[in-house]
Amino acid sequence: MAKPFAITLDPGSSLANHTGSWRTSRPVYVDRLPPCNNACPAGEDIQGWLFHAEGGDYEKAWRALIENNPLPAVMGRVCYHPCESACNRAQIDAPVGINSVERFLGDEAIRRGWKFDPPPAASGKRVLVVGAGPSGLSAAYHLRRLGHAATIHEAGPLAGGMMRFGIPKYRLPRAVLDAEVQRILDLGVTLELNRKVANIAESIKAGSFDAAFLAVGAHIGKRAYIPAGDATKIVDAVSVLSSMEGEDKPMLGRRVVVYGGGNTAIDVARTAKRLGATEAVIVYRRTREKMPAHDFEVEEALQEGVMIKWLSTIKQAGEGSITLEKMALDDKGFPQPTGEFETLGADSVVLALGQDVDLSLLHGIAGLEIKDGTVQVAPNMMTGHPGIFAGGDMVPSARTVTVAVGHGKKAARHIDVWLRGTSYAPAPKHELASFERLNTWYYTDAPKTVRPQLDIIRRQSTFEEVQGGLDETNALYEARRCLSCGNCFECDNCYGVCPDNAVIKLGPGKRFQFNYDYCKGCGICVAECPCGAITMIDEDI
Amino acid sequence: MSFQPVKFYQTGTFTVGNRLLQPEERSVQASAKRYNSLNSGHRACQGCGEALGARYAIDAAMEACQGQLIAANATGCLEVFSTPYPQTSWQLPWIHSVFGNAAAVATGIAAALKAKGRSEVRVVAQGGDGGTTDIGFGCLSGMFERNDDVLYICYDNGGYMNTGVQRSSATPPAARTATTMAVGPEPGNPFGQGKFVPAIAMAHDIPYVATATVADLRDLEAKVTRAMELHGARYIHIFVPCPLGWGTASFDTIRIARLAKETGLFPVFEAECGVVTAVLKIRKRTPVEDYLKPQKRFAHLFGEHPRVDIIARIQAMADKNILKYGLLAEEC
Repeated sequence: MAKPFAITLDPGSSLANHTGSWRTSRPVYVDRLPPCNNACPAGEDIQGWLFHAEGGDYEKAWRALIENNPLPAVMGRVCYHPCESACNRAQIDAPVGINSVERFLGDEAIRRGWKFDPPPAASGKRVLVVGAGPSGLSAAYHLRRLGHAATIHEAGPLAGGMMRFGIPKYRLPRAVLDAEVQRILDLGVTLELNRKVANIAESIKAGSFDAAFLAVGAHIGKRAYIPAGDATKIVDAVSVLSSMEGEDKPMLGRRVVVYGGGNTAIDVARTAKRLGATEAVIVYRRTREKMPAHDFEVEEALQEGVMIKWLSTIKQAGEGSITLEKMALDDKGFPQPTGEFETLGADSVVLALGQDVDLSLLHGIAGLEIKDGTVQVAPNMMTGHPGIFAGGDMVPSARTVTVAVGHGKKAARHIDVWLRGTSYAPAPKHELASFERLNTWYYTDAPKTVRPQLDIIRRQSTFEEVQGGLDETNALYEARRCLSCGNCFECDNCYGVCPDNAVIKLGPGKRFQFNYDYCKGCGICVAECPCGAITMIDEDI
Repeated sequence: MSFQPVKFYQTGTFTVGNRLLQPEERSVQASAKRYNSLNSGHRACQGCGEALGARYAIDAAMEACQGQLIAANATGCLEVFSTPYPQTSWQLPWIHSVFGNAAAVATGIAAALKAKGRSEVRVVAQGGDGGTTDIGFGCLSGMFERNDDVLYICYDNGGYMNTGVQRSSATPPAARTATTMAVGPEPGNPFGQGKFVPAIAMAHDIPYVATATVADLRDLEAKVTRAMELHGARYIHIFVPCPLGWGTASFDTIRIARLAKETGLFPVFEAECGVVTAVLKIRKRTPVEDYLKPQKRFAHLFGEHPRVDIIARIQAMADKNILKYGLLAEEC
């Protein structure tokens, strides 16, 4: 080929120059564990389902959610959302309203009648679940999804456990609970009501079950000795709350004193107020800061006119009144009696001092270890007796619906491998996606959506739901506040900011890939990744 | 009050792309089919701001004219690292003549296209700050005053980087270069020297003048797109950090550019026919120390005996820009 003067080579592309050889460290894509997921007692992949909700695909989001938790509408109302406490966005403005989006998805599923996928082929194994509370329902659901037959024996007249007999209607409307329970039953779970298991070994034998999961809950109210005359009515909180489900509402009188400082105490006081009590007073021996009840519930109770006597114990109950002793915190923060007394008018005293487990069904079972009134279980949720697993309030744990649901899932997975004779190795946990890993410049400023609340008059006199939900527009907004910590959300930043075009865009849902032929290892992609889903590793040189 | 639907897209337009936006609302750089006008294999340093800025700008210009674009390039890093004989990284017709005449070469190309009646083909000239504000300034001013149909893009990294980091008229005060050493009572580049070419370009009353940084892609692309809608002499001045010459970490290129804008040291605005029409507001106002400290060329201002007097003079420059261009949002 004839070339111009002084030209000896044909023009070529710089693609022949593999600048990747300059590199001393290379970027790699990683998935890190978002703090919300890490904090979720039910093991939800929150960031994962929010990702679908962000795009407006609510059904896909809901289906991702129910992989781990079959009760999103319940959860979106009663969960104390440790995910939001852990949320990285709290360090920018306010945490993402995960709980309200979850409720929106749960309500949307009920409204549109979304169903679970049918279970896989039957394994031929049968599992007995004792108790139709959150833990038992969760276990039955996951067992069905693993191909096993699940039968629930429930002592009560209705399914739901503490969700029905412990949580007041103004926090969890029963129609919501019924809808989510029914959806689990539609999966082919057999539910036998009013069927108290007296002896677990006999029940297993009689039904020829291959394994059992116990989740009987903690329904026996703890008592405290209070010297009392005959005239004062002393009842326990669990019975008050459970009798709310029956025809005969509890008769507590005009002046109700609740003894205790947990969430149950708050629930009872708010219930008493709604039943018409003119005074609902919580007596607690320590201060508000030390109170185990969640602060927002205390706040809501105070708004509704519930009164709280801090640093007080009940010394004696007389006719129409009780005697309180004032307490003072010592150096270690423990309340000590002061010898000062006061009198408080009271028609009834409700004890909310915690609950015990009815362990009578375990009599004569070999190998069990019972400590502090709870059944001890191994990390795989199995008791000391092979084939008998346990979870929920009857094992040592924080007694919340979410923890119980998590127990049910975990137990189901371990029951599955136990039945199949294989072993279950959970996927190794990713490194935590800490706030320092994020480049928060890229996120739009957006304050949290405030959920509507029922007006105060109706909150004092009716059992209508207090906390409102989000509608589609603000649920979408709230979902999009997610920072997607530690997991690529396809913002194209790495693809755009590479000075060497060394990032290959694989298309929607497929993320990206590095072209190490040209990547010089500058690390801009790592620095400018909003969610911290890229890391640099040293090259072997 | 009328109903306003909430438009909120997680990262909005801060990130390069956004899967939540409609395809037509996305950036040129987010497209899997972007031109990659400056291709892989070029020999720019790790984390080169100029290589990034050039691809951002030329890809946007190519998009705006369906790929009918010719580029004239001044001597400088961009020319050296992209075209070592016999290779080229450019995926468009591209010519390099000498250091100072890129604007004149582009004027000639535009004239030839006009003579041939090829009105669909557009012309861009580009160079670094040395080839633009110093050596090529006469040709550039001529191109402006004749209002030739050329878009001139200057990639400003504040010095002659490929020849060993010498001072240019765009080097900021107090910066250490090979020719302005950090010695004496007033170390580094003297105060009171240099020039801000965007302001000079505006003085020519040409149709369009804009500044941009590599830290804000959407803004940069919008400005190139706007410039391509117009005819006549247009000028875009893009701030591109240089890890080698500034002594910054290669991964910090975009962060440094962002800080230049957020401190107010580099005002980002656009002007039509000599009048400022829009300003990119500061989002999170930042003291100049945050910008200066990561750069080794300003290291002599810190350390055991920090030169707070000099830092204060640099802060005063930023404050003056903030006032002059109105860089603060209302609520700031």
